[in-house]
Amino acid sequence: MSAEHSSITSPKEHTSARPQQSLSSQIQNATGLDPACCYQCGKCSAGCPMANEMDLKTHQIIRLLQLDLDERLLASEAIWMCLTCETCTTRCPNQFDPAAVIDALREAALKKVPGRVPKRISAFHSAFLDQIRMHGRVFEFGLVASYKLRGGPLFADVESVPSMLSRGKLTFTPKKIEGIKALRRIFEQCATEKSK
Amino acid sequence: MSRIGVFICHCGENIGRTVDCARVAQSLGDLPGVVHSVDYKYMCSDPGQVLIKQAIQEKNLDGIVVGACSPHMHEKTFRKAAASAGLNPFLCEMANLREHCSWIHEDRELATEKAIALGRFIVEKIKYNRPLSTIYIPVERRALVIGGGIAGIQAALDIADGGRDVILVEKESSIGGHMSQLSETFPTLDCSQCILTPRMVEVAQHPRIKLLAYSEVESVDGYIGNFQVKIRRKARSVDETKCNGCGECQKNCPNKKIPSEFDQGLGTRTAIYVPFPQAVPNIPVIDRASCALFRGRAKGVKKVVCGKCAEVCGRNAVDFDQQDSFVTEKVGAIVVATGYQLYSIGKSQELDILRGYGEYGYGTIPDVIDGLQFERLASASGPTGGKILRPSDGKEPKKIVFLQCIGSRDPAKGIEYCSKICCMYVAKHTMLYHHKVHDGKAVVFYMDIRAGGKGYDEFVRRAIEESHALYLRGRVSRLSRDGDVIRVQGFDTLSGEPVVINADMVVLATAMRPQPGIAALAQKLSVSYDQHGFLNEAHPKLRPVETNTAGVFLAGACQSPRDIPDSVAMASATASKVLGLFSKELLEREPLIARVDRMTCTGCFHCERVCPYGAVERKTLTDSKGRIIKVIAEVNQGVCQGCGTCQATCPSKSVELDGFTDEQIYAAVNAI
Repeated sequence: MSAEHSSITSPKEHTSARPQQSLSSQIQNATGLDPACCYQCGKCSAGCPMANEMDLKTHQIIRLLQLDLDERLLASEAIWMCLTCETCTTRCPNQFDPAAVIDALREAALKKVPGRVPKRISAFHSAFLDQIRMHGRVFEFGLVASYKLRGGPLFADVESVPSMLSRGKLTFTPKKIEGIKALRRIFEQCATEKSK
Repeated sequence: MSRIGVFICHCGENIGRTVDCARVAQSLGDLPGVVHSVDYKYMCSDPGQVLIKQAIQEKNLDGIVVGACSPHMHEKTFRKAAASAGLNPFLCEMANLREHCSWIHEDRELATEKAIALGRFIVEKIKYNRPLSTIYIPVERRALVIGGGIAGIQAALDIADGGRDVILVEKESSIGGHMSQLSETFPTLDCSQCILTPRMVEVAQHPRIKLLAYSEVESVDGYIGNFQVKIRRKARSVDETKCNGCGECQKNCPNKKIPSEFDQGLGTRTAIYVPFPQAVPNIPVIDRASCALFRGRAKGVKKVVCGKCAEVCGRNAVDFDQQDSFVTEKVGAIVVATGYQLYSIGKSQELDILRGYGEYGYGTIPDVIDGLQFERLASASGPTGGKILRPSDGKEPKKIVFLQCIGSRDPAKGIEYCSKICCMYVAKHTMLYHHKVHDGKAVVFYMDIRAGGKGYDEFVRRAIEESHALYLRGRVSRLSRDGDVIRVQGFDTLSGEPVVINADMVVLATAMRPQPGIAALAQKLSVSYDQHGFLNEAHPKLRPVETNTAGVFLAGACQSPRDIPDSVAMASATASKVLGLFSKELLEREPLIARVDRMTCTGCFHCERVCPYGAVERKTLTDSKGRIIKVIAEVNQGVCQGCGTCQATCPSKSVELDGFTDEQIYAAVNAI
């Protein structure tokens, strides 16, 4: 962290003293949460199922936000790794909501540099949404195929296929939900909203 | 015609910055009846007071208005100055130009206008002030101490040593409180009972202390110097005058498997029991909820189910038919020293604002215990004889994880304050563990180490450097059971590494909370308390042991989390306050109280019904031959607090509040 620390120009003591355009105040406006209330106990990171995969742990994300180290934060892969399981939010002693903050950080990152999402993560999200659009639910086999075709690692997790098959978690035919038409209308609506 | 003097204070820049003090003085000087008006930088300073005294004597003033800070600050100062110049002190009043004006406004012009109006208000009021004289009320020079823990014991001993009688009320069957449960004490590691029990014995032997154990305060009436306290003496089922504490009853009680409260549920006791061997008084009590005889009675069984204790008692002291009794004591001061309880991390919580810790599995995962339970395990008088053994299987734990700030500093669970003692006792626990289990490993999860105090930080460093406790900075997310061990899932924020530890035992340093029932007691005493139930002191810095109810004082953890040295210091401070109060036979008090006009009072007693202090009494007026003329209301000067409710209620306008008469208030209101 030492290199990044040199970019701290002014310590932010109070919310009101923060410049309006700073990342922390942006996030505060978006979520209604004041990053200053985090006292860095690390209970969020301790319970996070993705902590081992993340380059920045949850409490470190909040710390960098307190310091307004935008570049480091928005370029991190960690904000895209969060599963939004909200264990951090549930256990936070300060009733802070790290999951919501991470979500807001993703929006901020995309706003700044559209298409900044790490390729594999973007590929997974697209593959996932394709499944929902087509079937109204996830068809695991299709998801895996679509993800790998979009550039996911080709042979990763292959060893778990037999056990998934034996447990009935992987089928070869998709099942559609009943309200698939209504669901597709939601997708269309979102697409028109977005194009506006 | 009045001869009033006006003195406007700049309070340095405090008032002068926003209010044009010279203009205020000039403007008030033009009012009819004002013969002298000046402004000065610091009225409360010696030269400022001299200005007032000189003016009183030279201009023969009959009223003083000081426009300065709140009367809470300096009314006494100026009234004394007036008195020393020969003016009745109650002919001196203050206009609050600081808290009510300069501090809360920015516009100089408007603030100055307001200051003039505030000054005019008091000038017009003071024209109707009457000279009043101080009231003296008698003081009952005995004290009541509620709570027999270390704070209550210290307060009682200090007051008694000061030559005044003390009644010490303790709700449990023995005094000693939580300190008697502790193994060793920080930062010196001396045995808790070894330093406490001499004090307990001293209480029992002191000729000036009357100990009422197994008793609770039922009601409190009266006022400073004159409280009447009704005390419930709970039925012990053992006659205190006959029992000699031989212990035969306890030995012969067949019901031996009741979880011991003293051992925090880790040991057992009998149904008739003394909580611990050094109990004071050493007289057993029958726990009626678990005694076979009383349970039989409750079910309506006619046959006497048991009775072993009575059979073996050589002095015939066991009394199954004993009832609660009441005693009333008259005291002049009350010390509250009710202490604390630990935050329970389980699901059910006493207060709505509290939430338990589901993620730590207390009560469901065996060998997750709290700090007091660890004290009992480490104590030589405890259920394991001082050996550190797991409650579940009696094995010696080789790895203990201590979690700090459980309940404390956790707004999501309902408590945002720091409990102050946990950092120290956890360090102590790691040392005791190291001393007793040499190959054991202590791991502490902490957020910050708060070790302010003489020898405190050195103590924590010793735990780390000499007892080799591993300190990890972070909160634990979850405890789960994994076979024989407890999986502790935490994070070391200093290295940035997730940490998973398989522990044999987990000790939770839970928060300190006030005793259950504190709110009910506070209401009996008219003492205010915060949202957590801690009793409020009169001023956080300058009156830390007094309450807003005169004559009621605080000692120990009933006011905020405190360790033993703090509690003892506070108890001695309280004792000095009580002894100060008892140093005079008569108590001075301000004469700003209600007065009933005998001529016009019709005896409707509306005032009696509305008085929040019970200060209105009925008085029968008779003529010279003893015939009753009428019954009227009269105000008890000791009880009246001068709230004015009676004045506002009286239909015949027969009640006046001295210092705030209708005449004064109308004159003041008309002036603005």
